[in-house]
Amino acid sequence: MQELEYLKETTSQTAGPYVHIGLTPNKLGIPGIYPVDLGESPISEGAKGERITITGTVRDGAGMILRDALIESWQADADGIYPGNDPRGAADPNVSGWARIIADFDSGEWTLKTIKPGRVPFPDGRLMAPHIALWVVARGINLGLQTRIYFEGEDNDSCPVLQRIEFRERVNTLIARKTGEGEYRFDIILQGEDETVFFDM
Amino acid sequence: MTLSNTIDRGPLYFRDRDWHPPAYTPGYKTSMTRAPFRPLVALGSTLSEETGPAFGQSMLGELDNNLILNFTGDPAIGERIIVHGKVMDENGRGVPGVLVEIWQANAGGRYRHKKDSYAAPLDPNFGGCGRTITRPDGSYEFLTVRPGAYPWPNRVNDWRPMHIHLSIFGSGFGQRLITQMYFEGDPLIQRCPIVKTIGQQKAIDVLVAPLDMNRAIPMDCLAYKFDVVLRGRRQSFFENRKEGL
Repeated sequence: MQELEYLKETTSQTAGPYVHIGLTPNKLGIPGIYPVDLGESPISEGAKGERITITGTVRDGAGMILRDALIESWQADADGIYPGNDPRGAADPNVSGWARIIADFDSGEWTLKTIKPGRVPFPDGRLMAPHIALWVVARGINLGLQTRIYFEGEDNDSCPVLQRIEFRERVNTLIARKTGEGEYRFDIILQGEDETVFFDM
Repeated sequence: MTLSNTIDRGPLYFRDRDWHPPAYTPGYKTSMTRAPFRPLVALGSTLSEETGPAFGQSMLGELDNNLILNFTGDPAIGERIIVHGKVMDENGRGVPGVLVEIWQANAGGRYRHKKDSYAAPLDPNFGGCGRTITRPDGSYEFLTVRPGAYPWPNRVNDWRPMHIHLSIFGSGFGQRLITQMYFEGDPLIQRCPIVKTIGQQKAIDVLVAPLDMNRAIPMDCLAYKFDVVLRGRRQSFFENRKEGL
């Protein structure tokens, strides 16, 4: 038999409790190495679309709020085009799409200020509901967790990704709740009751 | 940010989750309350995972990949080493233009972090982070000091092996990876509960960097080689896409 010559993906390990040294040194209080931390904002002045602020926490199975979590977000522009290597063309030049967000060292609250993304097609051409992809790492998390923020008030039932969630009541864990004009709440629960849906995709 | 990966577009290969550590690994105590208990919802990648942020060389400072000098400009104390390697995908192709970030303890095993209270002192000339962008062939290089082992509160007498944390971007957000590099011959590797979250010895071996005397600089520094493999992309033209993508 011939050999399959694929390489194996490098094994994941936890980001550990000191992830901020590497990824957000200025926010940790180590200034002077990099002028600014990367991923301060997924948009710049002049980005098209509805301004929104999403606030939340990450909680563990004991109900404790994580103060050492790091989240990265990735989203399309207001027209549903991703910056960079989207085969459909160029995105809004004022949308970089990516942000790096850390939990507050005292309260554990995190905040993402951005624009609401447009709808993006699923591989079969159906449109997914507006969403922001998240990647969550922390001490105790061995492989980064993939999840998504969807938005209350959108046509989420038609989303081909959300339709794949067998236990329908769990869809609610992915929907950010509107708390005010342009303001949403999205808490991530790693384990237990109301556990957030995580994806393998 | 500039666009450096405009051709990487195919669906991502699925992750082999028997190869990666599972979420719930009681030997590493913190994982017990931070592991999802419900099964992951599994489906193929979409544009949200196949696209990803791009970074340009222009964002880098001159000393960003030199941890010996990038904190104060005066040299850090410790065993001087080059850490170099290549970022590839599962098809064996070098992945150019992607961001590699590292962080680590100093030569005594102490991190410059407000939550680290280990007795070993801080080095006034060592910050502990670096970053670089892979070259057109996917290669990268750092100059640093070898980090020390350090104790951590898990079981009574657990010590982390010497290690460097790495954060790697691919061309798609679904390739995002954080891992740890260990050093050839370190007897603490096989005793470490974080290493042992990984079930297969082969999957541990890929995290151990060999000493690379060919890249050492005589009378200056030693070298270790650490290659990184990211999820590959399907390259078949036979995609069942209706969108004219």
